Amino acid sequence: MSTDATLSFEEAMEKYDPVLGFEVHVELNTKTKMFSSAPNVFGDEPNTNVNEVDLGMPGVLPVVNKTAVESSIKIGLALNCKIAESCRFARKNYFYPDTPKNFQTSQYDEPIAYDGYLDIELEDGTVFRVEIERAHMEEDAGKLTHLGGSAGRIQGAEYSLVDYNRAGVPLVEIVTKPIEGAGSRAPELAKAYVAAVREIVKNLGVSDAKMERGNVRCDANVSLRPHGRERFGIRSETKNVNSLRAVEHAVRYEIQRHAAVLDSGEPVIQETRHWHEDTRTTTSGRAKSDADDYRYFPEPDLVPVVPSREWVEEIRQTLPEPPAERRKRLKQDWGYSDLEFRDVVNAGVLDEIEETITAGASASVARKWWMGEIVGRAKNADVDPGQLGVTPATIVELSRMVEAGKINNKMASAVLDGVLAGEGTPAEVVEKRGLAVVSDDGPLLEAIDAALAAQPDVAEKIRGGKVQAIGAIVGGVMKATRGQADAGRVRELILEKLGVTV
Amino acid sequence: MTETNSTELIRLSAAQLAAKLAAREVTAVEVTQAHLDRIAAVDGGERGVNAFLHVNTEEALAVAAEVDAIRAAGGQAAQELHELAGVPIAVKDLIVTIGQPTTAGSKILEGWYSPYDATVVKKLRAAKMPILGKTNLDEFAMGSSTEHSAFGPTRNPWDLDRIPGGSGGGSAAAVAAFEAPLALGTDTGGSIRQPGAVTGTVGVKPTYGGVSRYGAIAMASSLDQIGPVSRTVLDSALLQQVIGGHDPHDSTSLPDPLGDLVAAARLGNVDGMKIGIIKELHGEGYQAGVENRFNESLELLKEAGAEIVEVSCPNFQYALGAYYLIMPSEASSNLAKFDGVRYGLRVLPEEPPLTIERVMGATRAAGFGDEVKRRIILGTYALSAGYYDAYYGSAQKVRTLIQRDFEAAFAKADVLISPTAPTTAFKLGEKLDDPLAMYLNDVATIPANMAGVPGLSLPGGLADEDGLPVGIQLLAPAREDARLYRVGAVLESLLEAKWGGPLLDKAPSLVELVETQEAK
Repeated sequence: MSTDATLSFEEAMEKYDPVLGFEVHVELNTKTKMFSSAPNVFGDEPNTNVNEVDLGMPGVLPVVNKTAVESSIKIGLALNCKIAESCRFARKNYFYPDTPKNFQTSQYDEPIAYDGYLDIELEDGTVFRVEIERAHMEEDAGKLTHLGGSAGRIQGAEYSLVDYNRAGVPLVEIVTKPIEGAGSRAPELAKAYVAAVREIVKNLGVSDAKMERGNVRCDANVSLRPHGRERFGIRSETKNVNSLRAVEHAVRYEIQRHAAVLDSGEPVIQETRHWHEDTRTTTSGRAKSDADDYRYFPEPDLVPVVPSREWVEEIRQTLPEPPAERRKRLKQDWGYSDLEFRDVVNAGVLDEIEETITAGASASVARKWWMGEIVGRAKNADVDPGQLGVTPATIVELSRMVEAGKINNKMASAVLDGVLAGEGTPAEVVEKRGLAVVSDDGPLLEAIDAALAAQPDVAEKIRGGKVQAIGAIVGGVMKATRGQADAGRVRELILEKLGVTV
Repeated sequence: MTETNSTELIRLSAAQLAAKLAAREVTAVEVTQAHLDRIAAVDGGERGVNAFLHVNTEEALAVAAEVDAIRAAGGQAAQELHELAGVPIAVKDLIVTIGQPTTAGSKILEGWYSPYDATVVKKLRAAKMPILGKTNLDEFAMGSSTEHSAFGPTRNPWDLDRIPGGSGGGSAAAVAAFEAPLALGTDTGGSIRQPGAVTGTVGVKPTYGGVSRYGAIAMASSLDQIGPVSRTVLDSALLQQVIGGHDPHDSTSLPDPLGDLVAAARLGNVDGMKIGIIKELHGEGYQAGVENRFNESLELLKEAGAEIVEVSCPNFQYALGAYYLIMPSEASSNLAKFDGVRYGLRVLPEEPPLTIERVMGATRAAGFGDEVKRRIILGTYALSAGYYDAYYGSAQKVRTLIQRDFEAAFAKADVLISPTAPTTAFKLGEKLDDPLAMYLNDVATIPANMAGVPGLSLPGGLADEDGLPVGIQLLAPAREDARLYRVGAVLESLLEAKWGGPLLDKAPSLVELVETQEAK
């Protein structure tokens, strides 16, 4: 594989201004396909979720899936788009065996949603508005597997297998207008935009939104122009960049590659590029010129889709709160700092914390448990925090025990381990493991005497008013009682013993 | 049953057969067998009619036997039998059927069996009508003579050296040759009506959307329509009533039924109706004998109380040109699926490399005939970037103008009338090398497809100069198919009174004709 020359990102930014554009394909999670009654299910045996329509048998006709139209309208509304009063499907004609009819039924000049925007919040809180050109409905193609060559590539393959289970799966393609002015934040914006789209469709419940399964797929367009020039440069289109990280890397790489091409005085070639996760580079795909001729014409087998204004309004009323707005609201309600809230969002426990608060915990306690105890355990177990098996009720029960002084924080952590090990509810674990806080002052006083005797210099400091030194004595007592003492009570007793009042 | 009885049975109309079956004067097996015998007698061999590409003997007889058993058992099941139960039918081989091959008249589908039934076939099965077999057609319904079939032409029962029309020449010839009382056809630019005209039979293109297209292999989706072929107007009404209605599998099918067509055919009354002669669809370019028979029909309708008015549809002159852009454009896309990847013929290129593009290319080169290739090339060109507006776009505008012409005409007349085709049946081979001359045969039938309105062709008599059948076409506004049957039934009865019986009584004895010519 040839490697293209690149400039450093910084140098590229000094000389050029990037313009971005994205086509994000969202697979809808409808029960059946876009134009047939075959099931829309991922991961089944090849060519089992197909009927005569999906296989393009002679004589078949498509019928539009109403739920897919509804989902498309939801996406359009969530992207602040206008919803067409009437729109048509068209045929995009090209011969390729992943498309059973040798044309894809798509929308061409009449998309269902158009003229929208999405406000993207960058990491430092800056809001960047991305204009949406259109969101249109279409059908997915089948999946080709190339065999006999190297590593699934078509080059050198002896034969290919085709699985039509994915053929006809409903897609919504979201196309942005050219995104100008992102400057050096273009890679960050790219990632944030795709993340926002993914979050929106997930929040709407219209897609499983799993990028690793191809539910959300991104084609990233990049072009550069010298600073100050209005006319766009020639773009490349990097296809199927299928993780958020890869979107950021691909845009960064293409900026660096374009800059090197422009610096060398060569023109950028308008082409599709393939992204390689292993090397974090792109390679040239098919030359794509505007002369590519798909011979679009209105699909004569389908009547126009005419969503009534009443229906659109009905759908609008049922839309869930947009993720960005919800985050703003929750941050304010919970009183977290910017950093705390960002950590919560990045850890992916926003929903869990909200549920825990609803179950009766305070915002700070909920955050402490999820961020302090559960996220780390989930990481070790290699699962999402929400999937670890901790219920909001468990956290509420644990936090109440701590507040009541029945157990201390250290013990609570051990109780959580017990709950996760299947030993029962927190109360049951406390009982089984004998983890009650020692509240009888007798054994504590003995331990305090021993600890003071062991560290006379510290005792002297405390007597002299350096109360903050008390930690060493408390630690000694806790150690002696194997953590079962109530640290607060221990502190009180030490101060009492030494005749210090605070 | 005696030989005579069998010969009499095949000459009965579907309505007559239905009545005899209901009265248990004959059995469905006898009726079906009589038609199978007729097919065996006249269809095969060097000089046979060649209306059938496949004869469905076993299944047809089984369905007939089932009907007979139900009738014999009596009771509710017998009561609930469809009026046409046990009346056999032939199906154009463009319509898919489980259990029988479907070829579309093309080598590219030779030997292919559909895994599903067309909606109209499901309806025939539900009515328990024995399917006699699949009828010949121009490849993918592209032609006006059935000469473009990959499996040899069908011959016109009136003169075996002449074409039976097309693309549905097989269905029309089968009905004209008494091989079947009924048949299904498809009509994109006249493929039901023009064969009806040149074989002396009745053919109807229903309103677009009146009959589900699901399972009819598409040529031009916005123009295609399945319809009935028969020997009487009433029989076509009976058949359209069976196959029509909304189908959730066809988005373009109309949501509501088209009314009682059979009642309209039985009503037979034109008193006070306005019947419009389309100025542009007769006269110059029409054979004198065709013109004479047309004028004769007008006189008869006038005598029966209809008012004859003249209407002008000035944009019809562009219909043929626009049709030959829209139809090939849609066809080029509809036929893209035939590539050897999933079903049908697969041809490997003679030289390496063995890439998918080259396999598709070799398959299509070997599998499609010249006329199909001609239309794919034409359509691909018309849809190309830079040409789309000039060709496909302009043709769509013409289509709108034709629709307006019809609207204006139907403001003045209840039904429009014209000859179905400009000429009687021409000789096999006569126009095979002259596609434009062939296309001109559909000049009077194409406007109905362009506007989606229904059209019916019925026998109008024999041309003086060649003694061959002439077709009269009736056109009605969209969804007003009933008017066609009402007017058609009147004209049919007036003409038959004049002739002293059905026109097909004047046709030569086919068995003798086939045998004499075999002997030659």
